Amino acid sequence: MIGIQYGITSLLFLLFGFLLMLAMRYQLAHPGQPIPLVGGLMEKALGEDMAKGGVMQADLYNAFGAMHGTIMVFLAIVPLLFGAFGNYVTPLQIGAPDMAFPRLNMASYHLFFWGGAVMLSSFFIPGGAAKSGWTSYSPLATMADSNFINGQTLWLVGMVLLITSSLLGAVNFIATIIQLRAKGMTWMRLPFFVWAQFVTAFLLLLAFPPLEAAGLMQLADNVLGTSFFLPTGLVVNGSKPDVSGGGSPLLWQHLFWFLAHPEVYVLILPAMGIVAEVIANNTRKPLWGYKSLVYAVLSIGFLAFIVWAHHMYLTGMGTKIATFFQTTTMMISIPSVIILTALFISLWGGSIRFNTPMLFALSFLPMFGIGGLTGLPLGFNASDIYLHDSYYVIGHFHYVVAPGTIFGIFAGIYFWFPKATGRMMSETLGKIHWFGSLICMNGIFMPMFIQGLRGMSRRMYDGGATYFGSGVGADPGVLRLNNAITAAAIALALFQLPFIFNFFWSIWNGKKVESDNPWEATTLDWQTPTPPPHGNFATEPVAHRGPYEYSVPGSKKDFTPQGQPG
Amino acid sequence: MEIPYTVKPRPDTGLYNAKVGIWLFLASEVMLFGAFFSAYILLRVGAPEGFWPDVATGWPHGLLNIPIGTFNTAVLIASSVTVVMAWAALKENNFPKFQKFMVFTVACALGFLTIKTFEYNEKFTHYVVRLKDGSAVTGHLNVDGHSPRFWTLQDVEEKKIEALKVEVDVPNKFRFPVGMKIPEAVHEAHKAGKHHEEKEFKVADIASLKAFVPSTATFFAIYFTMTFLHGLHVLAGALVLGYFAFLGRKFWQQHPEQFTNRIEVAGLFWHFVDLVWIFLFPVVYLL
Ligand code: HEM
Ligand SMILES: [Cu+2]
Repeated sequence: MIGIQYGITSLLFLLFGFLLMLAMRYQLAHPGQPIPLVGGLMEKALGEDMAKGGVMQADLYNAFGAMHGTIMVFLAIVPLLFGAFGNYVTPLQIGAPDMAFPRLNMASYHLFFWGGAVMLSSFFIPGGAAKSGWTSYSPLATMADSNFINGQTLWLVGMVLLITSSLLGAVNFIATIIQLRAKGMTWMRLPFFVWAQFVTAFLLLLAFPPLEAAGLMQLADNVLGTSFFLPTGLVVNGSKPDVSGGGSPLLWQHLFWFLAHPEVYVLILPAMGIVAEVIANNTRKPLWGYKSLVYAVLSIGFLAFIVWAHHMYLTGMGTKIATFFQTTTMMISIPSVIILTALFISLWGGSIRFNTPMLFALSFLPMFGIGGLTGLPLGFNASDIYLHDSYYVIGHFHYVVAPGTIFGIFAGIYFWFPKATGRMMSETLGKIHWFGSLICMNGIFMPMFIQGLRGMSRRMYDGGATYFGSGVGADPGVLRLNNAITAAAIALALFQLPFIFNFFWSIWNGKKVESDNPWEATTLDWQTPTPPPHGNFATEPVAHRGPYEYSVPGSKKDFTPQGQPG
Repeated sequence: MEIPYTVKPRPDTGLYNAKVGIWLFLASEVMLFGAFFSAYILLRVGAPEGFWPDVATGWPHGLLNIPIGTFNTAVLIASSVTVVMAWAALKENNFPKFQKFMVFTVACALGFLTIKTFEYNEKFTHYVVRLKDGSAVTGHLNVDGHSPRFWTLQDVEEKKIEALKVEVDVPNKFRFPVGMKIPEAVHEAHKAGKHHEEKEFKVADIASLKAFVPSTATFFAIYFTMTFLHGLHVLAGALVLGYFAFLGRKFWQQHPEQFTNRIEVAGLFWHFVDLVWIFLFPVVYLL
């Protein structure tokens, strides 16, 4: 199954992106000291100018930072949510034998794989990987390196492959959901997870092409010497580069954020879908306000396209335009709050089963809440002028994606593992994993709000030591927090070990499931053989009722599967 | 279980899978070209004054060949009509007629690309020559009777040429950038009603020499990027349609309905490619 291939590949990328971050965290806590364990290896693999004596140099910090962001967003989270869970669960939940275009699905995976390979190879070329942030702002991204084939060029080639992969995936998902729903599976009987995937696919389909266009133009700037994003009168290192000028750096930012804001919803909606499934199943209750959830996710899908410039308040846009984007940004938080509220109310009066997937799903709610609420001050330009590009922003979006989305992913892995393998994962190890992760995630990201509010900028390779040491904003407290964060990050790494062990151990030695439906769930994905064979279903599935008929009064069991007639 | 609706439409949507797929794909293509058109607008509106190719507005006018562009537009529109007729011929069960129309369609596509290649070549051999006194001219070079491609001043110096012959474009309101400082002699040719005037420039007087390539001006950058991307789409369409026209007979005999569906889907793509050009032509050539 391509879903599983996607899952394994992107979990490896997730781990790799995390390791890049660990190395950076070490440098931030102990600027200028060799990185333990891997410092020497890094010097050998990446060269002296990158890691002299095992010490992370500024260029390497920048490269790791840019690649951490890129890998996490485009090679880990999106493929996990969309490629892995989307591919595996969506056809099962709508009662389809496969995706609508299986060969397109394969092509999409290959493009993803090669996109990732190109990204990784860029670490080893002269000059190293891309160093201009995951946002790759021009003209920095064009001027950062002088080699003809440089990290940025490979980044762009990799991105074009990844984007094409996502586009094929999006076409496939939407066509599948429109065309292959089983008999009786009407739109309002779709599980919420499918709705989330549906909207996500539309976001990818329509938001990614502009970044592809921007990527091609930046590629032309880097390789052909054009000036799409290079302004007239550009001066680099005190001299004028030999370019025609006349381009617009702002154009890059518009095209980039036109993708990247919808992209952040791509990162969160499927996780909300997973969490909704897990919550319905473990409260033994229908989701509260299914219809409002559906309409909320649709409005997010629409509004996501008209908020992008809230990332650009500091570019000197006029007050009228800023007002527009502030308004839309406030508007989009309404459906987000509706979803969160509906999920919270769903817990009310349920007889909750506290298993590992549910624990992760439950902690998703407050973590996403913190992430979302801290977004509001960023959405007003008066406060954003102060907060922009500070660690506060880093705290904001990591609360949404790290303890938010990644917890959703963990919930999904623990939840669907028995369907894919026929064995359960260990609950004890799972609970250790959950508890440790929850504490450490907060230990990492909560202090970032404080650092940001005190004026610490993002992307400083010594963690602000020079800046705060120079007496401008002398505040060693902020620097001490760097050490605390790094300690929490290392602890987080240790708490992933039980998960990794659990994952592999359970594939062969986990407790065997006693039926095809170990969680006593209602949706069609649990009415397939375990693991689902080629063609997914043994008999043609038919949906006779809504997706969440739990604890129906008068029925003998506390769940009534969607495929049960009568 | 087999995947349903690969050939027959699903009753409630009225569409077969590939048709849903192609419409979605085209939606993303609209966003792709839409982004380029938006970029075009932003670059043009933000073009700085006081620079070549147009000192007054920062954006050149009349550097592209409008008659040829018009002809190419007609070629694509014709192919759009014939691709529908080919599909209709399949509906009538008439494969030879289908083949005839499809071959014509492919011929149009290739014709379009050939013409475009000539147009590109004309640009690659066309130069802007900036002199050290601050004036500038445009025109083709004359090096042993023809104009080389992609030269820079470096090439001239390497060839040890001392005086460079240029077929200078004589300013007229269509053929020449507005507001450029022009050497005296060229003005006289204009008064005499000529379109070209061969002139020689001492290489020592030349400040820079640049062909009409993407790196020479933002206008060329966006012009070449958009038309090249569109050209790739034309090429892809020609390959797919050509495959059906020449190698489709067997598939048609075995699965006539599926074959007709494929032609319909490919035809939709082809219409889209034409449509992009219908927007591209006025925007980059005329406006
Ligand atoms: C719910 C309401 C939300 C609001 C009002 C909001 C608002 C904002 C604003 C205004 C910024 C720009 C801050 C700056 O650069 O100065 C920002 C940054 C960011 N947000 Fe959110 N956000 C919200 C939810 C989310 C969600 C759900 C995600 C999903 C993952 C997310 C991910 C991000 C990311 C990745 C960035 C930083 C991009 C960068 O500069 O590298 N946000 N947010
Ligand atoms: Cu945003």
